[in-house]
Amino acid sequence: MLLTRRQFDLTALTVLYATLLHAPHFPFWLTLAFIGLIGVRWLQRRLRPGWGKPPALLRLPLTLALPVVVYLQYGNIFGLDPGSVFSVGMLVLKLAETESPRDARAVVTFASFVLMAALLFEQDLLTTICVAFGVVPLLLNLRALEPDGSAVPPPLLRGLGRQARSVLFNLLAAVPLALLVFLFLPRLASPLWATPTTQQGKTGLSDSMSPGNMGELFLDDSAAFRVTFDGGAPPPPAQRYWRGLVLWRYDGRTWSRAGGMILRPDQQRLQPLSPEFSYEVTLEPSDQRWLYALDLPTTDSGNQTRDEDYTLASARPLTKLTQYRLRSAPVYQLDGLDAQQRRRALRLPANFNPRTIALGREWAQQYDDPQRIVQAALDLIRTEFSYTLSPPPLGRQAMDDFLFETRAGYCEHFSSAFAVLMRAAGVPTRVVLGYQGGYWNTTGGYMVVRQSDAHAWNEVWLGERGWVRVDPTAAVRPERVDLGSGAANAGYASWFGREWLLDLRNRWDIANRLWTQAVVGFDELTQRGLLRGVGIEDADWRQLGIAFAVSMSLLAALGLWWATRRRRPGSDAIDHAYARLCARLARRGLARLDTEGPTDYLRRLLMQWPQARDDLEPVFARYVQLRYGQAEFDAASARDFVRSARRLDTARLRAV
Amino acid sequence: MTPRRTPGELWLRLLARAEKRLPALTRLRAREALPIQLDRRRIYVLPTVFGLVFAAMLLVMSVGALNYYNNPALLLTALLGSVSVISMLIAFRTLDGLRLTSVQSTPCHAGDMLALELGFAPDTRARAGLRVDIGATGRIVATQADEPLRTLLSLPTERRGLMTLPRIRVWTRWPYGLFRAWSWLNPGVEVLVYPRPEATAVPLPFGSREAQRSVVQPQGEEFGALREYRASDPRRLIAWKASARHDRLLVREPEQLTGQEFVLDFNALPALDLESRIARLTRWVLMAEECRARYTLLLPGQRIGPDLGSAHAHRCLRELALL
Repeated sequence: MLLTRRQFDLTALTVLYATLLHAPHFPFWLTLAFIGLIGVRWLQRRLRPGWGKPPALLRLPLTLALPVVVYLQYGNIFGLDPGSVFSVGMLVLKLAETESPRDARAVVTFASFVLMAALLFEQDLLTTICVAFGVVPLLLNLRALEPDGSAVPPPLLRGLGRQARSVLFNLLAAVPLALLVFLFLPRLASPLWATPTTQQGKTGLSDSMSPGNMGELFLDDSAAFRVTFDGGAPPPPAQRYWRGLVLWRYDGRTWSRAGGMILRPDQQRLQPLSPEFSYEVTLEPSDQRWLYALDLPTTDSGNQTRDEDYTLASARPLTKLTQYRLRSAPVYQLDGLDAQQRRRALRLPANFNPRTIALGREWAQQYDDPQRIVQAALDLIRTEFSYTLSPPPLGRQAMDDFLFETRAGYCEHFSSAFAVLMRAAGVPTRVVLGYQGGYWNTTGGYMVVRQSDAHAWNEVWLGERGWVRVDPTAAVRPERVDLGSGAANAGYASWFGREWLLDLRNRWDIANRLWTQAVVGFDELTQRGLLRGVGIEDADWRQLGIAFAVSMSLLAALGLWWATRRRRPGSDAIDHAYARLCARLARRGLARLDTEGPTDYLRRLLMQWPQARDDLEPVFARYVQLRYGQAEFDAASARDFVRSARRLDTARLRAV
Repeated sequence: MTPRRTPGELWLRLLARAEKRLPALTRLRAREALPIQLDRRRIYVLPTVFGLVFAAMLLVMSVGALNYYNNPALLLTALLGSVSVISMLIAFRTLDGLRLTSVQSTPCHAGDMLALELGFAPDTRARAGLRVDIGATGRIVATQADEPLRTLLSLPTERRGLMTLPRIRVWTRWPYGLFRAWSWLNPGVEVLVYPRPEATAVPLPFGSREAQRSVVQPQGEEFGALREYRASDPRRLIAWKASARHDRLLVREPEQLTGQEFVLDFNALPALDLESRIARLTRWVLMAEECRARYTLLLPGQRIGPDLGSAHAHRCLRELALL
């Protein structure tokens, strides 16, 4: 048996949808090739159905070419990316030879796997919704493969609409069971096989900084993390520095981490000078180890280490959503600089940036106070430099070029040049990489910090004042700090600031956050707290199992009740409705006698309540007509009678 | 055409074996009086092969989702799984409450296909993708709510006489082909199969013992003996004009232009064995009907006729079938 045109069309649609879901992480030409293949096959099936499936001579080379293409593109045929190309390719090739319902069923089975694979790349709400919609053509397809036995097939579009509706109802009915399984399915304590990390596609701060390579990040609007504050109110904009990692080592081009000794409790030289903020951060997967904290974290919590420079890091790369609680003091005194740290905070590579170093040394002789050196640098930057997201390229003496030639750049350039200048002038300086700003979502009561808020600033050692934060970028563009990156980059993304769009983005972000917290972040810990409603704080697997069994039996009973429930046949329903009407009238004081027919009963009723004639008469007339007047049973008028009998308001009868 | 052994057939054979072994299943081999209603005690549901493959895929997906700690993927898998479970209930509902109320058949000659009409009572539920199989033939039907369902099936016949119907299988894979629900209907209905007529047309026996000349009564269209239409009447006999006048279907008895009368005597054919005699007599009855001659059938112990017409023919053929 061959597929009909409609069945094949639905199969092709299923494959096309699955392919499009993967398009965002496929190379463009590959997506195009897949869609082209689907299109060619569809046209052939439509215009030349007699040709059947393409000959093996054509299919075999295509099948063999697939792994080669994958290898050429990725240099590997294992892993998430090559694997997804591989499976989508197999799906498309399977469509090419699909002729029978059996083939189509194979396509549907495999397509559901491909749909799921799309979720391995992105788990946000939008992707999930797109994938969920992919289930509809899948089920429509299965339904079309099963002959329904109707003599005349309905017109294409109306038929499709009706089927889609019933599939949607089916999906809706399946939601409770799906949720139950989702909530109670035991989660793995450790993965069965190593989960490869996806380097491609994940953006965010890297663990080093070389001026010029953060540029793409500023255009990335995706959330880096979200923060809720215990007191409710967020810190003022000027204090929204989210400390990431601290960089010490400079090799003339790149700033990177060095040392990273763990902070010992006795080394605690942090003195909060303002009330602390207590907050919870929900960090999106970054594949890095770094955790971000409001400058400067006074506590550490749980599964993380705090380095001597107050860099927070988890033990393993963060491949899934992470939540952690912290306390921070936005105003603080941070002391303690041992000889080794001082050496590291002053070291500069030899034979790099001679003019910058000369300027720094000149300042060191000119001013005796480090604070005045800092001020001189900030003055220089404020007066002579401009902020741009597309700075001119820099040569080998990068900081010389920047300070004396191009004089335009963004935070990376400023903090790097500032640090080199300070070190040359003998002021211990380090670079801090993190985020600055954050959008306060008033409706949702939380702050979202986006990748575009990425920032780099400095900390200088000022003797008694300890480590002091200096943000040279703020000197050239103060609104960067006050209003956030959106204002600073206004010229580059002008559509971004529109009011309605912003509002829409806020609402969407709330939905996304709820999704992330409720579904993506659901883990064993949340699972154990499921029974909190019935007073079990930390449920073990046995309690969870009992709860699962109980709710499962309830659902099963509901399903079986639905499956075995039989509505009364139409004519029984009439008697039933009439009997109930009589019983209700009896409660009002006038019962029907056993020997009384409807007409006599109505006469007696009207004698008692003559004013109710308009209410009672049509109902009784309809009953008489249904019971005594018609030879054939008419389902529609029976339903009509049942409805009007039920709606008759007997309470009103006595009142009038 | 030799039937290819499909997985479905293999499955049926396996089922037949299981029924032999398991008395619990053989309960349904007993014949039942009409009407027969399907309920949860006699509807079986099992996954199809495709259902098992799909379940295996769901298993792979859920292991993958758990391994990657990917909750949306797990949710998707759970959703597909519960849709499958619900499709099982739908398959069950397609059969549940189905009521076989009538089995009608038009008698045919042995060797021909017997046309069988199964009537199901109207129900409040609409059903789709319902399959009714008897023997090797089957039909796929859909019903609307509150409408009776009639489905036509044909059944091959081999022997004359009363034939007990084979079991009727009612089954469905609706809606997604993941589960197959089935049940057996075994109505205690016997249908009549006329004997097979002789292949060679031996001429009717002229000048038999009781042959008489009868009065030729040419009758015009309007004056033919009319009687009510029966389901077994050939359509060409319907008197359309008369039917229109009387507002019901009337049939003209083809009783005019009888030239002679035949006596078809069972005992006059001693040279043949029983079946050949019956075959010849059957043939003669048909031939006599065709040339519209009155005839009498003499069988051991009974005498039918002389008469003519479909009712008479049916009586004769019936007696021949049951001989």
